[in-house]
Amino acid sequence: MSNLIVPITKDNEEKSTWQFLLHELKPKGEWFTVFNIISIPIILLGIVLIVIRFWKGIGSITNLTQEIPWGLWIGFDVVTGVAFAGGAYVLTFMVYILNMKKYHSIVRVTVLNGFLAYVFYAGALLLDLGRPWNVVNPIIGNNFGTSSVLFLVAWHFLLYMFAQLIEFSPAIAEWLGAKRARKILSGMTIAAVIFGITLSTLHQSGLGALYLMAKDKIHPLWYSEFIPILFLISSVFAGLSMVIFEGSISHKVFFDQISEKNHKAQNGILKGLSKICAGAMFAYFFMQLLVFIHGQQWALLGTPMGYWYLLEMFGFVLLPMMLFFYSYRTGNIFMIRFAAIITMLGVIINRLNVTVIGFRWDAPVHYYPSWMEIVVTLTVIFTEIWIFRWIITRMPVLGDSPEWVKEEK
Amino acid sequence: MALDRRNFLKTIGVAGFTLLAGRNLASKTSGNSEIEFQGLLFDASRCIGCRSCESACAQAHNFPEPQDEMVAGVLRKTNETQRCVINIRNTEAGEVFSRNACMHCNEPACAAACLTQAMFKTKEGPVIWRADKCMGCRYCMVSCPFDIPKFEYHSANPKIQKCDMCYDRIIEGGIPACAEACGDALIFGTRRQLIAEARKRISENPEKYVDQIYGESTAGGTGYLSLSPIPFTELGYDAKIQNKSYPELSKGFLYSVPSVFVLLPPLLLGIYEANKNSQPKEEENE
Repeated sequence: MSNLIVPITKDNEEKSTWQFLLHELKPKGEWFTVFNIISIPIILLGIVLIVIRFWKGIGSITNLTQEIPWGLWIGFDVVTGVAFAGGAYVLTFMVYILNMKKYHSIVRVTVLNGFLAYVFYAGALLLDLGRPWNVVNPIIGNNFGTSSVLFLVAWHFLLYMFAQLIEFSPAIAEWLGAKRARKILSGMTIAAVIFGITLSTLHQSGLGALYLMAKDKIHPLWYSEFIPILFLISSVFAGLSMVIFEGSISHKVFFDQISEKNHKAQNGILKGLSKICAGAMFAYFFMQLLVFIHGQQWALLGTPMGYWYLLEMFGFVLLPMMLFFYSYRTGNIFMIRFAAIITMLGVIINRLNVTVIGFRWDAPVHYYPSWMEIVVTLTVIFTEIWIFRWIITRMPVLGDSPEWVKEEK
Repeated sequence: MALDRRNFLKTIGVAGFTLLAGRNLASKTSGNSEIEFQGLLFDASRCIGCRSCESACAQAHNFPEPQDEMVAGVLRKTNETQRCVINIRNTEAGEVFSRNACMHCNEPACAAACLTQAMFKTKEGPVIWRADKCMGCRYCMVSCPFDIPKFEYHSANPKIQKCDMCYDRIIEGGIPACAEACGDALIFGTRRQLIAEARKRISENPEKYVDQIYGESTAGGTGYLSLSPIPFTELGYDAKIQNKSYPELSKGFLYSVPSVFVLLPPLLLGIYEANKNSQPKEEENE
């Protein structure tokens, strides 16, 4: 998709832009990697399933019912995926607004990750729409459902994708060698960042606000009028845990791309992030506690859903919070990664508890995703990783910008 | 196409206004004060369970005739080919029939949820669904406290199915097919008349009815009202339904959006300006 950007000035004297793009489109690197062997068959199967879905209807491959109209594709792909993409707005806030230069080397990859997450996971929404040909109605036309939280979320997704594209665009310009375009685009960064943070604040909480009207349908331990605030706070550590997780993998897989200096800085970055995670999780845990006391649901703790709630709160919020705190104090990098993984599991559990597990927990027929829904979800994730890898190996994302960028300064 | 500065600014202004101000307008319920909401009154003490409303509904909307048996204790639900159902209950007072269909709320959660106004509260009262606007997101189904909108999961061109109070008949001066088919358990009229009639029935026969009109204040008031000889929970009505309207629940969030949009960017800009020229923080080398 990035090759739609036409460079304003061409810097490749020996090749035309199209030759350059065609050359870049070719795969680089080995074909027979473990990831490829696993992902290619799943993606192909997923494409077949998507064709069936559009041909025979959503019911042909999903287990959705009239009582539970939103399942894995919304609860996991969209609601959880967007929480994990929250790292982009947190990091741009830290680096561009608070001027914390220490984290500058991971901003680009995080923004790229966030952008792709929005494109793919919000794009996965199209699969879940029964009448996707009408998807433009809330955007253009006279059909604005302005009282809808979903209207707000849809607009924010769209605008935030543009904001993130602008934040990332200097990397594309550097790849294409478009000097003048790079200058213009990086001049827009701060505006895009401020706009992006505002949008993120509203739609991260908006995803929770979507469920406010489903008051009678969500288990009382997970429903409260504070869902939007809880979703917003948890998106901070969900996003940063994803940054820690993804950064740790990228540092191994794309080892040769990263400069000596940034390799050394990695541990300091991870420690800083774990401190922020611990703080955000403390705020979140405290907020959850207040919501619980305010809700007066003591009696529900003795039920199976109550045990599940306690496990989420203690095993997947309090425990990783303490691990983050501990590993920050002791500098245990392994423990930071471990805590990040538990935190991510906890965020998945929390989002699914609100959207799927606790939604209509009392329904006679429970919803379990079909294997086909899971394959389609994996297809979306794997395709995203393919595009991510394609961009990483071509554009200056993890590595340093080309020399001419420094010369210009 | 030339886009001069003035037009550009105008466009930006309109877009910005739509984003900021447009969002928090509550769903429009009545545009014209001269037209009153119309509704249906179901009297469970008069219903004999003949199910002619079910078949009249099926005929009016080209659905197959409902074939499934009505069994006491089994709660039949509306589905994508049946917009209203009659259920039988064996109670101390004998057999009592309940009728389940769209409530046509005064402030419908489904319409507030709809981001394309496909679910729409008409000024005449019925809540209708409009195919050309719907994108099939099913957020109306998530939001409706009565689980009324039904989705055609096995269609490549799926529709949302729910009772529309025979809107096409009403605007031509007719009455809904179910009310036409029913003996005297189901009557059609303006909501105000129906409430007056229901009150009259209760006060004339206080021993025959529970002293409540279901829908008078339920979910902020509904267009479909019910009277019952036994408590409504025994009749299978959901006891969890609140008396406030459901769109009220997300109003606070929606109202906070413009403030955040106005206040957060200047705050961020201020923090940015304050930090811009500060020395880069020393990297921790460990």
